[in-house]
Amino acid sequence: MKSAKRLKKSENLWGFAFILPQLTGLILFTIGPVFATFYLCFAEWDFINPPKFVGGLNFSVIFGDPVFYKSIINTFIFAGGTIPLTIIISLFLAVLTNRKISCLSIYRTAYFLPMVTSSVSIALVWYWLYAPDFGLINLMLSKIGLPELPWLADTWWARIAIIIMSVWLQMGYNYIIFISGLKNIPKIYYEAAEIDGANKFQIFFKITLPMLSPVTFFVVITLLISTFNMFNESYILTRGGPAYATYTLVMYVFFKAFQLFRMGEAAVASLVLFALVGVITMIQFRLSRRMVNYDV
Amino acid sequence: MTFNRSKLQNSLIHIVLSFVAITTVMPFYWMAVTSLKTPEDIFKMPPILFPTYFYIQNYRDVFELMPMWQGFLNSTKVTVLVTIGTLLTSSMAAYAFAKINFIWKDTLFGIFLSTLMVPGQVTLIPLYILFSKIRWTDTHLPIMVPIILLNAYGIFMIKQFMHTIPDSYIESAKIDGYNHFGIYLKIALPMCKPVLVALGTFTFIGNWNNFLGPLIFLSTESKFTLPLLISSFRDIYSVKWGLLMAASSVSIIPIIILYIFFQRFFVEGIALTGLKG
Repeated sequence: MKSAKRLKKSENLWGFAFILPQLTGLILFTIGPVFATFYLCFAEWDFINPPKFVGGLNFSVIFGDPVFYKSIINTFIFAGGTIPLTIIISLFLAVLTNRKISCLSIYRTAYFLPMVTSSVSIALVWYWLYAPDFGLINLMLSKIGLPELPWLADTWWARIAIIIMSVWLQMGYNYIIFISGLKNIPKIYYEAAEIDGANKFQIFFKITLPMLSPVTFFVVITLLISTFNMFNESYILTRGGPAYATYTLVMYVFFKAFQLFRMGEAAVASLVLFALVGVITMIQFRLSRRMVNYDV
Repeated sequence: MTFNRSKLQNSLIHIVLSFVAITTVMPFYWMAVTSLKTPEDIFKMPPILFPTYFYIQNYRDVFELMPMWQGFLNSTKVTVLVTIGTLLTSSMAAYAFAKINFIWKDTLFGIFLSTLMVPGQVTLIPLYILFSKIRWTDTHLPIMVPIILLNAYGIFMIKQFMHTIPDSYIESAKIDGYNHFGIYLKIALPMCKPVLVALGTFTFIGNWNNFLGPLIFLSTESKFTLPLLISSFRDIYSVKWGLLMAASSVSIIPIIILYIFFQRFFVEGIALTGLKG
């Protein structure tokens, strides 16, 4: 009895000793700061003078700022463009390469390449590709007889430019996820469908897609979260312009906090980001219970 | 007849696949080609697609104008330390959650997991205030310590893997006189090698490419990491394309070489994490 109690005590000690470093981080660098953010929302602070309680002032400033709404709308536009395109292209590639095919490893090496490179350096490369007069993309467009496009100078083309680059960056990662998902679908389903005389399209829509739904769900969530955290691409390509057309929420927080030193207002904006990510994840989980087929 | 049809289908597939492959590789090729052209040739019409010479002055200028070597060293130092530190602390916590029975274990694990929902920007402002109070700003500590000391995703990944270690191994090691530290070191860690390699590769890439953290916390050029130096190049030399592309090449090429050597780990790592998600 006594030794069992001692054993239990020693297990508790070991357990806390092992999680101690991460527990310290959890308290100091996440839980503490989250509460501090809640407090800062109600304070005015510019770093020089001591913080002052201002009640709901920060909220009315942020919710009265057209740029704030613009950056939220932009985030949704980026998500609406990037997520479907990335899913369609990477799923298409996965289906095409899910068979015996020559040179597969060369293709794969090429597809994965964008995801390992720093988004800052590669955004700089795209900045050059999109350049108005001598950029490669406009050169190619005029070569095939199409008009040159004002890529980063026009509000809509700048958004499209960023969407294209994000799809290009994220395609390879999601391609691997889809291909490993495809490999996990038992062969019997396909064999049965072939015996029943189903064609390729029927097989894709009736077997592959439903069986892949947990994987697709994972992909949608990770893509949504990465879109909501987008910063580097717009910062390097357009600095959020023209006319705030490519401003993202993170950029909004960044400029408010570290250029204008309005910590309270920045805290409110970052809390909205938090709420949006939370709400979307919750909706996703609700929907997934109804739509996703985990019955593999 | 059927033979011809499948042959046609096969070549169609190859055309589509190589088109996508060219699209993914083209920006890298164009970066390298531009970086090796003279300033006049960059604007030559029609554009030179295959250079017949290598103009390396752009690279000389890059190293002369900015402390690129220093940036390279800074990036390497930060990334290597963060990767080792993260692997150590998150595997320790994962071992505790998987194999030690201690009080509040499930509650604590739930709290750890819930931090995955918190975007980094929410904690950024208080962290900036904290780090400037303890005079850590303009050092590499703010872009290392918080990352090493909290990685819920890493804990989750390794924990899932540690569950596959049979409890009988642990019990027999206990009978042999090992304590938890010995079991963690001698049994759990070696058996978790695949997941550690996967997590290590992700942590390495993620931190090598980290931009927002250094942008906020570093202000002295000699402390800049590579992404931050690249960003300052864009600000200062905005249309000197040869120079900009040489700078990009310097930061991209080392990671591409690493990638070609470690490709297998990337792909396996992503497959491992993606399916668990």
